[in-house]
Amino acid sequence: MESLRRIAALIWKELLAILKDPRSRFVVLIPPLLQGLVFGYAATYDLNRVRYAVYDQDRSDASRQFLAMIDGSGTFRRIANLGDQREIKSIIDDRQAILVVQIGSDFERRLLTGQPADVQVIADGRNSNTAGTALNYIATITDAFNSRWRSAKGLTSPPVEPSARAWFNPNLETRWFMIPGLIGMLTLVQMIVITAMSVAREREQGTFDQLLVTPFRPIEIMIGKSAPSVLIGLVQVTMVLALAIFWFRIPFQGSLLNLYPGVLLFLVAAVGIGLMVSSVAGTMQQALLGSFLTITPLAMLSGLNTPISNMPAGIQYVTLINPLRYVIVIAHKVFLEGASLRYIFPEMWPLALIAAFTLSFAVWMFHRRLM
Amino acid sequence: MEEKVSDKGALVGPYVIESRELTKEFVQVNKERIKALDSVSISVSRGTVTGLIGPDGAGKTTLIRLTAGLFRPEAGSIRVLGIDAASEPQAVQSRVGYMPQKFGLYEDLSVQENLDLYADLHGLSREARAERYPALMQMTGLSRFTGRLAGRLSGGMKQKLGLACTLVSTPELLLLDEPTVGVDPLSRRELWEIVYHLAREQNLTVLLSTSYLDEAERCGMTILLFKGRVLESGVPSKISSIAAGRVFRVETPASLKPRQLQFRLVSGSAVVDASLEGERVRLTTSTDPARDDPLFQGLTPTPIAPRFEDGFMTLVRRASDHTVDTRFLSGGVANGAKHVSSDEVVVEVRNLYKRFGEFTAVKDASFEVRRGEIFGLLGPNGAGKSTTFRMLCGLLPPSEGTLGVAGVDLRRARASARQRIGYVAQKFSLYGQLSVSENLEFFARAYGLRGARQRERVDWAIEQFDLQAITGQTSGELPGGYKQRLAMACALMHEPEILFLDEPTSGVDPLARREFWQRISALADHGVTVIVTTHFMEEAEYCDRMVIMVDGEILAAGTPAGIRQRARVVEPKEPTIEDAFIAIVEDFRQSAA
Amino acid sequence: MSARRITALLRKEMLQIFRDPSSIAIAIVLPIFLILLFGYGLSLDPKDIPVALVVENPTPVSAGVGAAFGLSRYFRITTVTSMKKAEDLMREGRVDGIVRLGQNFDRRLLIGTAPIQVIVQGVDANRARIIEGYARGAIGQWMGQRNSAGADSSVGPVVVQSRIWFNADSDSRYFLVPGLVVLIMTITGALLTAMVMAREWERGTLEALFVTPVRAGEILIGKTVPYFLLGMAGLLLTASTGRFLFHVPLRGSLLVLTAVSALYLCVALGFGLLISSITRSQFVAGQIALIAAFLPAVFLSGFIFDLASVPKAVRLVSYLLPARYYVSLLQTLFLAGDIWSIIIPDCAVMLVMLLVLFGLTLRKTKKRL
Repeated sequence: MESLRRIAALIWKELLAILKDPRSRFVVLIPPLLQGLVFGYAATYDLNRVRYAVYDQDRSDASRQFLAMIDGSGTFRRIANLGDQREIKSIIDDRQAILVVQIGSDFERRLLTGQPADVQVIADGRNSNTAGTALNYIATITDAFNSRWRSAKGLTSPPVEPSARAWFNPNLETRWFMIPGLIGMLTLVQMIVITAMSVAREREQGTFDQLLVTPFRPIEIMIGKSAPSVLIGLVQVTMVLALAIFWFRIPFQGSLLNLYPGVLLFLVAAVGIGLMVSSVAGTMQQALLGSFLTITPLAMLSGLNTPISNMPAGIQYVTLINPLRYVIVIAHKVFLEGASLRYIFPEMWPLALIAAFTLSFAVWMFHRRLM
Repeated sequence: MEEKVSDKGALVGPYVIESRELTKEFVQVNKERIKALDSVSISVSRGTVTGLIGPDGAGKTTLIRLTAGLFRPEAGSIRVLGIDAASEPQAVQSRVGYMPQKFGLYEDLSVQENLDLYADLHGLSREARAERYPALMQMTGLSRFTGRLAGRLSGGMKQKLGLACTLVSTPELLLLDEPTVGVDPLSRRELWEIVYHLAREQNLTVLLSTSYLDEAERCGMTILLFKGRVLESGVPSKISSIAAGRVFRVETPASLKPRQLQFRLVSGSAVVDASLEGERVRLTTSTDPARDDPLFQGLTPTPIAPRFEDGFMTLVRRASDHTVDTRFLSGGVANGAKHVSSDEVVVEVRNLYKRFGEFTAVKDASFEVRRGEIFGLLGPNGAGKSTTFRMLCGLLPPSEGTLGVAGVDLRRARASARQRIGYVAQKFSLYGQLSVSENLEFFARAYGLRGARQRERVDWAIEQFDLQAITGQTSGELPGGYKQRLAMACALMHEPEILFLDEPTSGVDPLARREFWQRISALADHGVTVIVTTHFMEEAEYCDRMVIMVDGEILAAGTPAGIRQRARVVEPKEPTIEDAFIAIVEDFRQSAA
Repeated sequence: MSARRITALLRKEMLQIFRDPSSIAIAIVLPIFLILLFGYGLSLDPKDIPVALVVENPTPVSAGVGAAFGLSRYFRITTVTSMKKAEDLMREGRVDGIVRLGQNFDRRLLIGTAPIQVIVQGVDANRARIIEGYARGAIGQWMGQRNSAGADSSVGPVVVQSRIWFNADSDSRYFLVPGLVVLIMTITGALLTAMVMAREWERGTLEALFVTPVRAGEILIGKTVPYFLLGMAGLLLTASTGRFLFHVPLRGSLLVLTAVSALYLCVALGFGLLISSITRSQFVAGQIALIAAFLPAVFLSGFIFDLASVPKAVRLVSYLLPARYYVSLLQTLFLAGDIWSIIIPDCAVMLVMLLVLFGLTLRKTKKRL
């Protein structure tokens, strides 16, 4: 009972210290929102303003119909009509257009005579992912044109008609993927930095010794240091969650009751990492650099920027100890798939293990430093 | 460009530094403008050693930085070596030597590399170096350590290296900002010897700042700064004479301890200052007191010659309308533990060792502390005081030996054992972002106080330590003296039996230091055992017993009177603890060599 | 300006870099780690995608479809007999896509309208889109084989023949590795420089340096040159591992690459010096460098995400970032070649930024406290 009271005093002090000062209040509350907003808009693989040029050698009704479908898709902006083959190179080289659609002079003739008509599409591969996405859009438009052309001309459909559908994200918007993932990414950064810094600050100001000389037991100090970070983390998660649902209008399919237990485990694990960093760092500067050196690999190997399944097998195993990996999957599953606890269990138990490990390691390091 | 600078040399008049109505303002966090210097006019003549004296925040550092052309004044002018330092800072900076407070050394460079850097920056030729280096090395005694990283040097050696770096170029003016802070008495004495040697041999002008009042007497000229204004300036004897006829030595009656007498005297209304001087008390009054003043009842004051600090204290008291607070600690301390100074041993240390790798920080330390004593651990920075202290408090495990605090080893003791001790760490560890009352409440809760009891203790602390006016202020922004009081209040919240104080007076100005010791005396009189570390030797006078540590070893132990006997001074000078310390260290170094 | 003083400052800085473990960690260990990670670890190109093939009644035709998917290097096929089983696999995260051949697929194929349903796990939209594209490709291939085997009808009528210039195999490493140069340059240029300069303010060493004959400009040179060299070493390391270990082509000239990198590095250094002179605190300077330089270099530079598709307000912000221009230059120089119509305007913008930053820094770094 005494012990609980002491811990409560420590937590209260910690929250006061963070939330009283307008500057640190700002640092805790505003950057996650701002980053959620900016990165929510910026971190997208979807294209909505693809600049492209046309080299139409046919200038027929058919070619105009085909190009009208591209223009009408809303994704493409035609920036030039080329009159010469040689212009293609310069317009791509200068990055004025990332696609050039070239239609041969026999386009309409071949279509009307029932022969396949080729359309050349040249893409700027300097960012090959963008190029690939743009080409996919063109392929979809072409399919649409083909089926319209066939029904207009009374042709038979091709024997096989693939129809594609995406689960959980019918319009395939990257934002639906990125923003729930940012919930984990942004809070990870804040948790590690806040925790590592708050311990390093106590060390630097000498208040740490002061605490050790009071009746606080080391474990009480650890709890008193972690709980406020976890509380702040919960507030930040809720803020980014609200941003996702109410600002970006991403449909939340699951239940908050399924999301928060996983988030809580993740926050504890992240705070544990922060404590580990702080137990190695002597000064606030080292704590900041240490956090940066820890966050970078965790973020890179989280599966948010590039899918984990694309990584080599060895590195995929390494990602198994990354708490961020699991919370991102949990966020996606609950957010987009509406998964119940049964479906997120495979992510929950590793998170619980990691949290238990980071915390006990931090406690051990803490004791060892005292020895 | 360099040529243009040296051309100016011819312009130098009789004064090396001359300022007129110099004013410098700073904007605080709350947008408030404060005047760090307020129309300061000074003049420093060639070849003198001038001391800037004043408490913290008086404007000493600001004035030195203005002299070095590092600030632009808001109003007034300052000419250094005949050059306007505000408009042509570079011309000044090329010709003066300047050592900032933290010595300005690159800690990850070696002694030699630091020297080479400054020699190159000053454009010293190879031949000039060959001549200059041996002289500097001999002067500073650093020749054995040229390969050592500056960060691994002791405070005294860092200070000498900092000085050597400013001297490589033979400057015409030497500016030293608090060069002796945190440095042991021996190193301080050596620094002064170097400074005087330079002034004498090379006609170098030196301007230095210090808050050690005893050092002021060594200066040729002094300038007293207080709250940004010049209070007085002149030769030290001129300052001393201000208190002429109002300084007395009072013998301690057998019924009292010297510090109890001091405590009684200091509460007199006309008293400027009362300080311990061996077994006697030195008293300075603001008016010429009548013989039958009730203050002197039963005492025999002998008039004595005034010293610099008597004059200084008189001036500062006049300027600050500061009265000594006598209300402190009127009860409520230590659970009525009134059995003052029993023979009960409360802290016991036997054959204590602490090793960090190859390095032995504490060697075979043994001592004991009895209830109600003020026990001092004295020694320069790096002597092993803080390490011993941290072992006592259970913050560090000893490598060897035994220790007990109130009968237990705090390291293995249950949390409740720590309920009996109070601890004030170096630099007054407070939560800088929290307000004064929030700090008090936190520590009260940490010690398990709650409800009415908590309110009662917090109110007591605010009352006793005179914190009413500042309860809502953020503690990180308080001046040093207030921080120290708040830290003490936090440590006393739970009425501990034993109080540990680690360097409680470093970075606190002379006025606040006096008050602090009066509070400590009062605590001890109420039965609290106080263990304190300090590198201010004169503060040892307040201790009942003490040990002197150097290089991890206890070189001497005993009462102040006993320690003083080891000093080697020529009559009529009264021996001080500092003299004794120097003698002890010299004996030790000789026997080691 | 005195060469002697500058040399002395340079030597001091070099000694400090090699004696401070945190500089080494940031300047050397982190870049090597990132190079290995970007070269070997990260990729946007899916492979071995687990896909469930739903065949309700197996026939030789359905086996042919399965074989077409199996032959593709992108897919790993699990054949199941009911849609329900496939959906369960997908929900459990065991497969990322379902290819369903409808009932009576064989018979309907003969009369000309056999549906194939492709369902992808859409959570990771980018990956889903790529998988969808690959699936169409596999189906197209299978149909092509049937055609050449004499079956009737055709694909089309319009057939897209696409070519990706500069990166024909669409290897994501081709743009990740050049992008990495930006990150490394930003870390050494802005983050590390800001912190070491702020450290001098904090420790009072700058104050001591000020009161010597040294000029403000000399101090700035003494601080910039070592970190400039460190950054250029990072470029050399990244470019050569990219070229020789990861086989990313360098189609532009090495000289131009070096020159534009030097320009960007100077801009980053200028930024680092400026924030350290303003804040004079390692902690604050480090945080500002992270938030204002490093994170935008990842997210708002066009390094991974296409800047044309972000909302206007965000795009306007990106125009203020030097990293944006440098990313565009690097992608062009590595993959396309020396295209002056890109190099000149981008360099001009960075040059203006450089002049502004150094002007501000010089004004801030008067020898005054």
